[in-house]
Order: sequence, then C-alpha cells, then structure tokens
Amino acid sequence: MNVWLNFLIDSLAFGAVFMYGSTGEILTEKSGHLNLGIPGIMCMGGAGGCLVLNMIGKSSLPGFLIVILGILGALVMAMAMGLIYSFLTVTLRANQNVTGLALTTFGVGLMKVIMSKLDATVYLVGPKMLYRWPFADRTDALQCLGVMFFLAVIIAVMASVILYRTKMGLHLRAVGENPGTADAVGINVTRYKYMATCIGSGIAGLGGFYYIIDYMASQEAYLSLEAFGWLSIALVIFALWRPHMTILGSTVFGFLFSCSSYIANIEGITVTMAAKPLLKMLPYVVTIMVLIVTSIRNKRENQPPASLGLSYFREER
Amino acid sequence: MSERKNITVHEPLFHLAKRAQIQPWKAWAIRLAAIVLGLVVCGIVAFILIERLHQNPDRIDDFYYSFIKGSFTSNRKIWKFLKNMAILQCISLAVTPAFRMRFWNIGAEGQTLMGVLGCIAVAFYLGGTVPDWLLLVLMFIAALVCGAVWGLIPALFKAKWNTNETLFTLMMNYVATFIVSYFLVIWVPSGSSTLGKLKYGKLPSFGHDYLVIILVVLLLTIFLYVYLKHSKQGYEISVVGESVRTAQYSGINVKNVIIRTMLVSGLLCGLAGYLIGAGLDQSVTTESVGGQGFTAIMVSWLANFNPLVMLITSALISMLNSGAAQISQDFNVSGALPDVIVGIILFFIIGSEFFINYQVIFRKADRTAAKEGVK
Repeated sequence: MNVWLNFLIDSLAFGAVFMYGSTGEILTEKSGHLNLGIPGIMCMGGAGGCLVLNMIGKSSLPGFLIVILGILGALVMAMAMGLIYSFLTVTLRANQNVTGLALTTFGVGLMKVIMSKLDATVYLVGPKMLYRWPFADRTDALQCLGVMFFLAVIIAVMASVILYRTKMGLHLRAVGENPGTADAVGINVTRYKYMATCIGSGIAGLGGFYYIIDYMASQEAYLSLEAFGWLSIALVIFALWRPHMTILGSTVFGFLFSCSSYIANIEGITVTMAAKPLLKMLPYVVTIMVLIVTSIRNKRENQPPASLGLSYFREER
Repeated sequence: MSERKNITVHEPLFHLAKRAQIQPWKAWAIRLAAIVLGLVVCGIVAFILIERLHQNPDRIDDFYYSFIKGSFTSNRKIWKFLKNMAILQCISLAVTPAFRMRFWNIGAEGQTLMGVLGCIAVAFYLGGTVPDWLLLVLMFIAALVCGAVWGLIPALFKAKWNTNETLFTLMMNYVATFIVSYFLVIWVPSGSSTLGKLKYGKLPSFGHDYLVIILVVLLLTIFLYVYLKHSKQGYEISVVGESVRTAQYSGINVKNVIIRTMLVSGLLCGLAGYLIGAGLDQSVTTESVGGQGFTAIMVSWLANFNPLVMLITSALISMLNSGAAQISQDFNVSGALPDVIVGIILFFIIGSEFFINYQVIFRKADRTAAKEGVK
C-alpha cells in the first residue's frame, strides 16, 4: 500500500482518540459546563479498562466478552470521574475551571499509580489483538482500524443526531444556552447537566482506553495520554460544537500530528529534526486560528453555548 | 401518621439560600474541616493503593507524619519548601489580576515558560560576551517581554472580538511548549534535546541560594496587594470583574483595562520565568514550569484572589506536594502519588466553598405538623 494511503488511515485511527474525547466534551459543553477535566477523565477511562483487562485478560472468556467488559470498565471509571465533576459543579456550584483542573491533576496522577501496578503481559498482549478485529491479521496500517474506531464514528454521528434532531437534544442545548429559560419551561436543568456530563465523560474515557489498548498498544502509552486530552478540548472549538464535525476535525488533527513521523518517508521531502516540534505545534495553531476566525465572523450558530462556564442557581437573578 | 403528613403542604426536606455574609472564622472553620475530611479520604485511598500500608496498617501514622516530614524536618527541606512555595506564589500572583477581572487566563503555564525561554535564550547567545550585570538585566527584560507578549495576544483578541480567552490561553500553553522543544533541538546539536546548566547568567545570592527569590516574591505579594486593593487601576479591575456594564456606564474603558491587566499578568509570569531560569535552573526544558501554571490557578482561586491569603494557600499546596512526594519515597509507590493527594484535598476545599456561600435550611417538621393540627 502506498505511503499516502497509510498516512491517511493512520490519521483516521489516531484521530479516533480525539473523536471520543471531543464528542464527550461537546455533550458536556452543550449543557453549559466547560470540563477541563477531560485529560484526567480520558486517563482514568484508560486505567479503568486496563484494570478490568488485567483481571480477565488471560481468562478463557470468549473474545467478544473480553472486548465488551474492557469497554465497560473504561466507561464506568470515566463516568465516576464525571460524577465527581458534576457533583462539584452542578450541585455544589463550584467554579468549573478550578474543578476541571483539579480533576485532571487527580485523574492523571491516579492513572499513573494504577498503571504502574498492572501487568502489561496480561492486559495488553492478548487483548490488543481482540480489539483490532476485523483487521487484526493485516500487517499494514489498516490493522489500526479496529472495533473501537468504528464505535467512535458511530458515537459521534449518534451524538449529532441526538443533539440536533431530537427533543432531548433541543432541551440539552436550551440548558446550555440559558438554564433560567429552560428551567422556566419545565426542563429539569440539574438532571440534564448531570446526564450530559456523565455520559460525555464516559465517551471521553473510551478515547483514553482506545489510545492505550489499540492505537499505541504499548506499555508506555499511558505516559503520553494527557496531551491528547487537551488536544480533544481544542478539537471542540475546531468542530464548532458539532459532534459529527469531529470526524473530519480529528482526521485533520491526526494528520497534522502524525505528519511529523510520516512526512520523512515521502520522497522528495526532507525534514530536519528542528521542524518536528513545529509540525506538532500545527494542530494548536490551527485551533487558535479557528477560534479567532469564528469570533470575528461572529455567526450565532458557531459560538460556544451562551452560558458556558457559568453555574446556575435558580434563586439568583 | 406518614400518610397524613403527605397531605400537608409540600415543603422540601431542605432548601438552599445564598448567605448574605459569613463571619471569617466560620468560613475558615469550614475550610479547615474540609481539609481534615480530605486528609481522611486520602488515608483511605492510600490504604487501597499502597501495598506496604495495607500489609501493616499501623504505619498509617507514618503516612500522616510524612506531610510534616516532607517539608520541615531539616534545614535543607525547609529551604526547599520555601523555594517551591515562592515560585508557586509568584505564578499565583501573576494570574490574580486577570482573575479578579473574571478573565479566565489559564495560560500562566505557557506565559511563564516563555519567560524562562526568553531569559535562557539571552544567556545562551550573549553569555560570556557581555558583563555579568548587563547579562542579568538583559535576561530580565527578555523574560518580561516574552511573558507579556504571550499574555497580550489573547487579551488583544478578547478586547477586540471577544474571543474566548479560556480556550485561547489554553492553546497558547502548547504552542509555547513546542517552541521550547524547537529551540532545544537547535541549541543541542547532539540530538538529546537536554540543555546542560549554562555557565553564565546566575542570579547573585546572599545568605542562602534561595533567599533572593523568596524576598522578591514577598515584596511582590505586598506590591500586588496594594495595587489591587488600594489603587485606581485595581479598583477598575474589580469593577470590570463585577459587571462589564457598570464599568461602561461609569466611564471605564473596558478594552483598555483588559489589555492593561493581562499585560500585568504576563509581566509577572515573565518575572516568575526569570526566577526559575536565572535563579534556579540556568536551563530550560519543556517541563521547566512543570504544571505549576495550572496549580497556580487553584491557589489563586482558593485564596479568593487575595494576595496575602495566597501565602497560606500556596504554602498548603507546596506542603501537600512535598509531603506526598515523601510518602511515595518512603512507601515505594509511583511518583504520581502527590497529584492524587493534592487532587483529593482540592476536591474537598472546592466543595467546601459551597457551604461558605450558601446555607442549607432544613424543614422545620414540627411547625408544619402543628399548622395541620397533627402533632
């Protein structure tokens, strides 16, 4: 297979990490909560999944069950993190930035402690081939497109449909734009905020799990996970708060991020060592550009949810 | 009885009301209780995570003693604690003016890193060719300029087009990180990307290596307190923070205030970068600031944006950090344990703010019952 196609597939596979992260973050932000804890949540999702696999990785359970249980482990752990965040910010009305940052500190730290105790020969070596179904036997880049990649695409599309085509989505967006008005129409603001944050966190956690178990599939993968959590938050802006746009956006991000390693293989292009950091900087610079352009154009449908970052207290005017 | 109660007027078990004010001692008692509760939970979590602890549970008092042992049992540890605290305090001071204006600058990490890079770049290129005092001055200027530029860019866009500053400053952190790694590749031809300690451009010291840094930060704390509480500019910052509309009505040029305040923030971050670069490391890595830019946000917020109270909160966080580092050393666990412990304590302090700002009023069961004539 030629270099370009490999490159594209690798970008897609890498992008799925952000696809999970930013789809989750979009759901949360649509309820008016800027969750800066996403890096910590993704890390803990990864840890949760690996923790389960560490217990069942060598058991005689059928393959699909191992896959599902691993995913559930990631989901549950990440949702627990989301629950901490939503309890503090929704019920106790704490400052969202501070809570999110504390959650990231906590999550990244706890993940490192947990992962250092797990045995990679159990949680990684066997299960990683299961997660690469149906392309596990391939030797080219296609082997990276496993179950969890397709799951990411499905979740992103579904999230868009729910947000923009159902009543529930309309209610959720109303909560994020103006919780006071939503409350007045009889929408249960607290419930929507909790649900969006917890489900969003669960989805984001899958991204961390996918990164460790499938995309990188290495013992040290967890050490580099945090940076991609922040990149997922960047991608939310890039995707203009639309989940289906994250499919495109994450591919572009994956492309930009992995071009530093691929571009050297393309004939006629020479890359110096010094250019690599600059190439890796591109996703962030592009995000800043998008942020600036959308704020200059000031189109209403491309703006962040109006009450993003603000706590809601019914009795406050 | 219970059925009868059901037909009475429905009053929830408790409801919440915003407190008009709270006595300072009560607020501090609540915070203290939260920290104690947090420490208890830390103990439980550590009990699960640390093998040596659940094998011999009586070492739990060792666990708590480590928080003191980590910072205060030798002269060297005390100085190190004071140094850590001073740097954290400096960055926390830097983010404070912007926060008082409700400008969510979470880019202190990048702004400080650019400060370090600026002053090290000057030392790298000019070291040995100019007199030492001039080099230090040039490094100082470079650090401040780099920090200020990194703070000003998001501020200009915020003022002109209302670009979301939280997300903008967050991205700028990473741009700064990669700029540093770019320069490291250029400066270190061997490809290892680690720059050794430079020979030139060390901040002169007297008494103790760290004394200068500590004194500078103390002076800065007092200066910023006066600036924020007793100057016209500080007042303008508070007004813009309370309500942009009020500020506009009273003739404050909001755009100017935003830009000026972020300039101050950026300059102070640059200064912190200078203290790290010229005062401590004489080198730069992508980890020079090591996440303190983020921790500083929490320190500043916990102190309610008051520079003097910040001395307490930065001391608390530094103490927790070095205590937890001591624990991971003594009990042989992963070096990431401090983050877990600081995270847990922060959750509790963050949560406790709710009980300071709001009060929970329980239903008075008797009164309802009496009204319905049940009793």
